[in-house]
Amino acid sequence: MLGTDPESTWGQPTPAVDALWADTASVATIAPTVATAPTVATAPTVATAVTGATAVTGAVPSSLIATDISAWFGQRQVLERCSLRMEARQVTALIGPSGCGKSTFLRILNRMHETIRGAKVAGQVDLDGTDIYSDDLGVTEVRSRIGMVFQKPNPFPSMSIRDNVLSGLKLSGKTIGNRDEIVEECLTRAGLWNEVKDRLRDGGMSLSGGQQQRLCIARSLAVKPRVLLMDEPCSALDPISTRVVEETVIALAHDVTIVIVTHNMQQAQRVSDECAFFLVEDQAMAGRIVEHGPTATMFSNPSDQRTLDYVSGRFG
Amino acid sequence: MTLLELDREVVDPVDQPDDDGRPAPQRQRKVGGLTMEEKAEYAIAFAAGIHLVVLLRLLLDWDDLLGSSVLGLIVFVLTHFLIVRERSSAEVAVDKSVTAVMWTVGLIVVAVLAWMVVFVAIKGFPRLRWSFIVEDLSTVGPLDPGGGAFHAIIGTAQQVGISTVCVIPIAIMTAVYLHEVRGRMATVVRFVVDALAGLPSIVAGLVVITIFPGFAGYKASMALIVLAIPIVTRGAEEVLRTVPDSLREASLALGAPQWRVVLRVVLPTAQAGLVTVGLLAVARMVGETAPVLLTAGGTNITNKNPLDGQQSSLSLYIYELIRQPNEATVERAWSGAFLLLLIVLVIFVAARVALARSERRLGRR
Repeated sequence: MLGTDPESTWGQPTPAVDALWADTASVATIAPTVATAPTVATAPTVATAVTGATAVTGAVPSSLIATDISAWFGQRQVLERCSLRMEARQVTALIGPSGCGKSTFLRILNRMHETIRGAKVAGQVDLDGTDIYSDDLGVTEVRSRIGMVFQKPNPFPSMSIRDNVLSGLKLSGKTIGNRDEIVEECLTRAGLWNEVKDRLRDGGMSLSGGQQQRLCIARSLAVKPRVLLMDEPCSALDPISTRVVEETVIALAHDVTIVIVTHNMQQAQRVSDECAFFLVEDQAMAGRIVEHGPTATMFSNPSDQRTLDYVSGRFG
Repeated sequence: MTLLELDREVVDPVDQPDDDGRPAPQRQRKVGGLTMEEKAEYAIAFAAGIHLVVLLRLLLDWDDLLGSSVLGLIVFVLTHFLIVRERSSAEVAVDKSVTAVMWTVGLIVVAVLAWMVVFVAIKGFPRLRWSFIVEDLSTVGPLDPGGGAFHAIIGTAQQVGISTVCVIPIAIMTAVYLHEVRGRMATVVRFVVDALAGLPSIVAGLVVITIFPGFAGYKASMALIVLAIPIVTRGAEEVLRTVPDSLREASLALGAPQWRVVLRVVLPTAQAGLVTVGLLAVARMVGETAPVLLTAGGTNITNKNPLDGQQSSLSLYIYELIRQPNEATVERAWSGAFLLLLIVLVIFVAARVALARSERRLGRR
């Protein structure tokens, strides 16, 4: 997997039939509250489920199905019945103007939303057919299966580069196999190995911003997540670091399902296969998914006028 | 000066390439620091202040050192402001004056501290020798030379040692409860801790000895624990507040339960601050006298058992000896004071060095 050319399989998921997803697909592709937004564009995704367990690294990417997600901070509702399928082996981009709830939606997907005081949630998120909000999975188990990379790079300042990579395993109480192997593999996958292989004992904060962000990606990968959520991972980075992170994202899409929030339209076009457009139509209302579908369609021929306005830069 | 001009000025005639064709090292420009003019301004203002003090002394025979120094200082600041105001705008003058005031205040604080250390050293150092550290007062009569503070050192070490071992975990766990767990009782706990912080130390000693009658070293520890817990708890809470929430989020998102987040990320990140808070508490406990007097009683004999019988401590040793009428005893008290100062200083420096080393290893700063 390490040397694979990302272009070879990217964007061409193998069609397969999976009974489980076929069942849930009908629920997921209909956004009940957005009656005006056609859902036809998402039809092809129903057929594109994942193939069997072919990922080299052990963890199998899973698709994530969010159904009727609503969210509140205290009394204020910020999301209203958002449903979205995030397919395995694909990069799904969440776009939309500031304050439309896309980051909140992302944080609901690995139960980080509830760490904020007064935050409430409704709806269901299924990972491999298990509701992550049910009692079947503990909250820590959910988060180690669904990793997250934040807007600002946040390596642990008290740890070396090497310990930062291993920190997830130690923090989640997982058994650590061959440490050197894990460190090298994760840093390679995050595109950082060559830059830091001679200074693994240095502090995580001694790296540049872009390197720190890739270190955070490596740290998330070490836990072998099936899904990786990224909340505007490049917004604090310069163009060169952004490019490296984007390349990393594309390369990772083979063995991890990726959901990325971005304000950058070009970035959404460059890295994502699927795209969902969030919008708050009225300040008093909650954010909704206006339209979702393949990125190419969303940017070239969206069904909704508001999507067209947004992706062509007329507002937001 | 525009940027362009700056660039041109850097290229100096001496920067000609040498024989190999490599450019000679560039001359670095001096930035920051004081210009000759500014130095002169300070010197003149300082002279004005000094002269006034001397004049007052000569003419009015005013020999109150503290009063005339304060007056001289005010004259210094005013003169400095007027000199600067003469040549530049009010903005610049105020800026320079405030800088001067800040420097002066800083220097005064450092000078007072240094003077105190030097004073204690002058009084205490001459009689401080090895025998002072290894001998006690059990066989020394009031007028005899010799003898030392071994029993007091042992007492301080045991009492403060026991307290520290108890206080640090309790206080840090309380701080974690207050700031990390944010449990339902947090408000109540914080109120109690704040109330405890206002407890006079002698009352702590009084309560302990009333509830548990009879002198013993560990009872002094109990009083010290009561006094130190609020200091360390509130200090540690402030330190935990400096740990960015982004680190907690990152840990949680990796699938960590909260206790591991605290143990592996929050506390290690806050390490430097926590050590400082702990040291401040140790220094405070080492200096406490009243509660030790009430609970450990004080003695001239070495008692190595903190669980039973009277014990002394360095601060108590100083308190008891300095009130004696004979010179040899008073000198011992000063030696004890100097030793106490040294111990606190050594602990501080050692911890700082250790921390700086671990921080440098990680390339922080």
